[in-house]
Amino acid sequence: MRRMLPLWSVFVALMLAGCTGKEENWHGKDISGLMPELEFQLQGTNGQPVTAADSKGTIRLLYFGFTSCPDVCPTTLTDLRRSVQQLPEQYRDDVTTLFVSVDPRRDTPERLASYVNFFGERIVGLTSEEPALRKLAKRYRTTFGYDDPDASGNYNVSHSSAVYVFDRNGDARLLLRPGLSPEQISEDLAQLARKSSS
Amino acid sequence: MPVSSYLLPYDFSPLTLLSYMLVLGFYGVGLLRMPEQDRPGSGRIVTFTLGVMLCYAVMQTRFDYYSQYMFFVHRGQHLILHHLGPILIALSNPLPVMRFWYRKMSPSVRYWLQPLGWIYRLLQQPVIASVLFVGLIYFWLWPPIHFDAMLSRQLYWIMNWSMLLDGLLFWWLIFDPRSPAVTSALGYGKRILLLALVAIPQMILGAWIVFSRGMVYDVYEVCGRAWPMPPETDQLLGGLLTWIPPAMMSIIGILIVLRRAMHEDGKYPKSRSLAGGNA
Repeated sequence: MRRMLPLWSVFVALMLAGCTGKEENWHGKDISGLMPELEFQLQGTNGQPVTAADSKGTIRLLYFGFTSCPDVCPTTLTDLRRSVQQLPEQYRDDVTTLFVSVDPRRDTPERLASYVNFFGERIVGLTSEEPALRKLAKRYRTTFGYDDPDASGNYNVSHSSAVYVFDRNGDARLLLRPGLSPEQISEDLAQLARKSSS
Repeated sequence: MPVSSYLLPYDFSPLTLLSYMLVLGFYGVGLLRMPEQDRPGSGRIVTFTLGVMLCYAVMQTRFDYYSQYMFFVHRGQHLILHHLGPILIALSNPLPVMRFWYRKMSPSVRYWLQPLGWIYRLLQQPVIASVLFVGLIYFWLWPPIHFDAMLSRQLYWIMNWSMLLDGLLFWWLIFDPRSPAVTSALGYGKRILLLALVAIPQMILGAWIVFSRGMVYDVYEVCGRAWPMPPETDQLLGGLLTWIPPAMMSIIGILIVLRRAMHEDGKYPKSRSLAGGNA
């Protein structure tokens, strides 16, 4: 067993390094360094191409969903809206929500526009042909899939239930898992806004 | 989707492709150029190629996509990378091919490869090998680590490669074709003991996943599944794959080692006991 000692100490040191070294406290999951910076080219609700550069300088909340989504998407978008409303006033305009529909067959630009307008002003509805959506999903290590349509043509779509948070520079910072309250999200966003504005 | 897209990698890794090409290339060229009396039979060649191709298939085809977004497919992927593939490769006994290439190496290359030999011998200490074998499974399945590994592309590749390399080391230790009676290879008794010992923690982990009420691995929920499947079903299947096939493979491994020990019984009259050399 004595031979194992060096191995164990390295192992323990690695574990500890993974646990400490972060002074910040987030409610969301810190994904700094785990994921690439924000980059995409999709279509906006007016049919024009939209890229990450269009919202540069703001904190971006990336969320994949679809407008026929029965509960998860509306709940998440409502929570995001409430958390932004709870921010200190000077930061409220510094957060952009990017809602990417992964159901381009049903979600036309018009349908997407009326859907996102329901959830506030600083939310951008985006979609594209499936290959571009697949590429973006793969970049953020998520995916989506379609169920078989029922008799009336409705089908369920599996998609990520988390929100990816990018800072003003477009670096991936947080992953908001489902279950966080708007207050907690708001605290995280305020912390991020304070840090990157100074 | 066309058939070809199922065979193409989901996440292309040039280094992975290169490694597999080198392994198969060296094996093939070695086979052709080595003296006929050393050459492994066709059954062994097929076993080796099958083992290598299985590992390649779960890393560089559409299978990898499903492994990233379905927990139970991911468990299947590791079952092949850490168990089935390496078992086939070790059983095929590629030692003659490796010896052939070793003889071809110039002394300076052998000199520079020495540290690799030291690391190899250290990792093949029975205690280290079995702790590493079980430890890696627990490490990558530890929920926070698993979450990060599935989010980060880099960690994901490290995870899969570490599982494959460790699988090769462990199963080579178990199925080392050299007889412990005449070489320093691990005794058959110890091999059997290791196989039984590593099976237990794997069964515990598998059973724990199967009987967990809540979601243990929520990363698949967070990142979306390849198709809409109830999370409980996914976790249950994944737990079963962690539990039953590895335990079965340990038992099959024990039977193979036992058979070999019985065959060698009395073959080396002057040798010490075959069961771990503890007579």
